[in-house]
Amino acid sequence: MSGFFSAIAEAVSAFLGFIDPLCGPAGVFRWFAEGTLLACGDTGWGDEIAVGFLVTASLAVATLPVGLLIGFFIALAKQSEERSLRMAADIYTTIFRGLPELLTLFIVYYGLQILVQNLLSALGYQGAIEINAFFAGMIALGVVFSAYCSEVLLSAFKAIPRGQYEAGYALGLHHGRTMRLVILPQLVRIALPGLGNLWMALLKDTALVSVVGLSDILRQTGIAARVTKEAFLFYGIACALFLVLAFLSSLAFSAIESRVKRSEVRR
Amino acid sequence: MSVVTNLIPPQAPPPAPAQPYTLSRFFGSVALGIWLALAVGIFLTVVDGWDPDKFAKYGPSYLSGLGVTLLLVSLSVTLGAIVSLPIAFARMSNNKVLSWLAYGYVYFFRGTPLLTQLFLVYYGLGSFSAELKALGLWGFFRDAWNCALLTFTLNTAAYQAEILRGAIESVPRGQHEGAASLGLPKRVTFFRVILPQALIVALRPYGNEIILMIKGSAIVAIVTVFDLMGETRRAFSRTFDYQTYLWAALLYLMIVEIIRNLWAWLEARLTRHLKR
Repeated sequence: MSGFFSAIAEAVSAFLGFIDPLCGPAGVFRWFAEGTLLACGDTGWGDEIAVGFLVTASLAVATLPVGLLIGFFIALAKQSEERSLRMAADIYTTIFRGLPELLTLFIVYYGLQILVQNLLSALGYQGAIEINAFFAGMIALGVVFSAYCSEVLLSAFKAIPRGQYEAGYALGLHHGRTMRLVILPQLVRIALPGLGNLWMALLKDTALVSVVGLSDILRQTGIAARVTKEAFLFYGIACALFLVLAFLSSLAFSAIESRVKRSEVRR
Repeated sequence: MSVVTNLIPPQAPPPAPAQPYTLSRFFGSVALGIWLALAVGIFLTVVDGWDPDKFAKYGPSYLSGLGVTLLLVSLSVTLGAIVSLPIAFARMSNNKVLSWLAYGYVYFFRGTPLLTQLFLVYYGLGSFSAELKALGLWGFFRDAWNCALLTFTLNTAAYQAEILRGAIESVPRGQHEGAASLGLPKRVTFFRVILPQALIVALRPYGNEIILMIKGSAIVAIVTVFDLMGETRRAFSRTFDYQTYLWAALLYLMIVEIIRNLWAWLEARLTRHLKR
């Protein structure tokens, strides 16, 4: 069984190595930075930065579904008729929109560590526990993302007229199916610009995770800057890589937008 | 023909229909219960680990950190507002070169993380120390606080330029035409007709930008500025007490909520002539 998993991991890493935009077969650094500080391999920092690029991108991609899912349920709770549910959701958004992302990250990182340590020592296990920085970053960023996302989705929910729900019920669809077949497609269309902004913010917030030791773009370029004393070059490259990510995601979002709008009535 | 001789005496209202115990009420109770348990738990750990010495030692440094945060944010937002004016006008100008330059500036500062920009200024420009010394600017860039102020000013200027541009462009064309038909010169039109309407539109985004800057300013702790976050990290690294972060969280939440409510009041006050 472990052989099967390692084969999958190998295939995935081979695939990622192939599409790697920095040090892959068609990578920028491989073709244009040979023999400089940015070369791939042991002589330059290209491959380290490529790993950081991958970590940043995968952290953002892994956080997105978590944040969207929690945000959706928080938005549902906020428009519920039940007062206690609304209040609980309001407390959630007030806290996580009010705290600095860096502080949320520290609270999650150290808090989880203390929590797990206490749980395990209650079970009789003594030993140092270290929380995975990727996991802590995913939770902290996901929580912040979901708080903002719930506001975007809430305003999108409010833009959908009541008649749409009533039409769904009149057709004999029950609540879940009305939500899935009638409301959600319209919700996506309305919420997409707001979600695009949140995605950009998420992409930028991933840089904070370098502070708790995850080897993302900023940490890798920072190490390179300290070793080579070429801080301006390497932090400039970090900025450029984030700009590339922002540009790629703006392309992706306009593609998604034109796709979800294809069934809309032309006005 | 019948005549009513005695009236029915007033009756008590019918009993309210029993509220069914729904799933959402269950979830609501559970969620509120979790928040309550968290609040009680945090309160108990604070009471349990209460140490007057620590409070006396780190309390004042928290306050000074709070002062540093507020000073940094207010200075950078004010300076950024000044810097944003030419950028916004360059962005709206008909000159292609100017407009593209301004667009590039805004795209760079909005597309990269603030932390990266701060590192680029603080560490990146630090590697040009010989050139900066020759220019006599090294005294400025040597200090982390100055670098943070510069970075935040440039960053918020980009965001504020976009806010200002959006607000000015949201004023309908008819307002320009109306002012022109009254014979008002361009300057007067801008300051007396366009800008007041634009600033009302821009009020809410400006409030959001201030809150974002307060939250974003926490990252200066990484480049050794002792703002609220920096003092928190210092206190944590000396005591290994988790409470230090909770105190900082409380302070940050307080500032953000105060500004949010202040801004809501301000907006209600300034737009009262638009209420019907």
